Amino acid sequence: MPPVTRQQVEDFLYAEAALLDAWKLDEWLTLLSDDAVYRVPSNDRPLSDPKDTLFTIADDIHRIRARITRLNDKAAHAEFPRSRTRRMISNVRILAQNELTVIVEANFIVHRFRRNESIYPFVGQYRYTLRITGDGFRIASREAIIDAIELGSLASVSFIL
Amino acid sequence: MNQDAWVINQPQAMHFAVNRATLVDPQILELERRRIFDRCWIYVGHESEVREPGDFRTRTICGRPVILCRDSRNAVRVYLNTCRHRGSLVCREAEGNARHFTCFYHGWTYDRDGALYAVPGQSAYPPNFDRAQFALKEPPRVASYRGFVFLNFDAGAMALDDYLAGAKEYIDLIVDQSPSGEMEVIPGAQEYDIRANWKLLAENSFDDYHLPATHATWLDYLKNSGVEMKRPEKGHLLPAHGVGKVLGNGHAVIDNINFRGRPVARWIPIYGEAAKPEIERIRAELVTRLGEARAARVADTNRNLLVFPNLMLNDGSSVTIRAFHPVTVDRMQVRACALGPKEETPVARAVRLDSFLTFYGPGGFATPDDIEALESVQAGMASYREIPWSVMTRGMAKDGEQLNTDERHLREFWIQWDKLMRAQ
Repeated sequence: MPPVTRQQVEDFLYAEAALLDAWKLDEWLTLLSDDAVYRVPSNDRPLSDPKDTLFTIADDIHRIRARITRLNDKAAHAEFPRSRTRRMISNVRILAQNELTVIVEANFIVHRFRRNESIYPFVGQYRYTLRITGDGFRIASREAIIDAIELGSLASVSFIL
Repeated sequence: MNQDAWVINQPQAMHFAVNRATLVDPQILELERRRIFDRCWIYVGHESEVREPGDFRTRTICGRPVILCRDSRNAVRVYLNTCRHRGSLVCREAEGNARHFTCFYHGWTYDRDGALYAVPGQSAYPPNFDRAQFALKEPPRVASYRGFVFLNFDAGAMALDDYLAGAKEYIDLIVDQSPSGEMEVIPGAQEYDIRANWKLLAENSFDDYHLPATHATWLDYLKNSGVEMKRPEKGHLLPAHGVGKVLGNGHAVIDNINFRGRPVARWIPIYGEAAKPEIERIRAELVTRLGEARAARVADTNRNLLVFPNLMLNDGSSVTIRAFHPVTVDRMQVRACALGPKEETPVARAVRLDSFLTFYGPGGFATPDDIEALESVQAGMASYREIPWSVMTRGMAKDGEQLNTDERHLREFWIQWDKLMRAQ
């Protein structure tokens, strides 16, 4: 099998971003492997393990699915009315790969718009472990590391970052 | 009704109301800074955050930058983070270990005990210049209770022990979760702003009336995860009985029969089968050490404690230390972290942290909705001239026990707030 190219990875990340910006969360779930994890570390401990460090988000696949169930409910008040988001992904790099997986880093800016007065720019780095399947990539691990020293005015990460 | 009052408390008439101006008037915030934050004992940090001599943490407390530091004699100290020369911060890092604190502006250098020991070009100062007069300044009062470090900007304030009053019983219930009596702050801080008046978080953090409406999706999550959720009994809104209590000096608590699980020590399916023996072992240790009754008290109830005015200790699906400070009248800064027994095993620690995130924090299944609620209240406050009063009378017609979904404990916050704001 020829090695995975950056363009293949970029196409995948752009497609994922489009689903998330469109709030097609159930479709987004189909991009995940059955053992996927989704993590946002605390701002003051960006490179840590959620087993011994408090994170902002440290979901296993069950918690991810529960998160989507919650976000699909109008009673998830922090996201009703829903934020609008627009994701910019760049500096995509393949750090390592073998027959089974690809390790990817990318930079992100996710602009989040709430009500009429607030724009919240989430800036940081994604770290992905993508699994190679006959049916394209599946996300095994997805970590969003926020650059801001503290969440501060970003307040909450109530959408999928 | 007295339109100039901030709080109306008329038990006979069963009337209690809070003037909404208290949430929007910048002059009231200025008065709060002087009469509340500069007179009460205010939480700074936990002794476990500075373990070794020279360990430090910087944070902003009551608007002042401070350094929490372990000195050379192993005592926990708090310094005002400002050079005695011309005022620059002497420490600009969030945390670390320092042999000394050097002001980078002109190079004045202080040791970890706060003493000024080096002044570049000292010979140019007049003969009356005395380095001993320029040690790092400390707040007038600093004291700890069972690892929790507080400061007070009022030199004449009552002792911390007296100030904490009935809150000590509930702090003891937290510390009793550790076999050695030592709890520690776990790495990783959640620091976020809420665009709302700081007092709204004091209310929200132990207001169980909002739980079914605001946190319906969290309750659904528990239910869907196999947590047993009984139908509320008559007169109740929640699956288990809970009460609101006042503890003196403005402190208050909700004290609930647990249904949502506790790492020390009540297992729920969310923790996973693999963690069950560990949670049972913790439970057995509690019983051996504390006896059946006290162990049940620690493990089978969960408690949200307000230490007046701005510290919440949420001893629920984990232990959260949540302290918050006003920035402007409609904005606060929140700092939250997790506390656990020092000797907790890796399995139990992982359960605790995972359990924390199911509810709490800016990425949890509940806190984001609280933030939204508080910001929504603050937005609604814009009509405070047309609708000057918020009503807070739940439970007022009842004698005796007050429920966690009543508002007696919320009223206590406002009664103390009003009392202090009126003291000259």
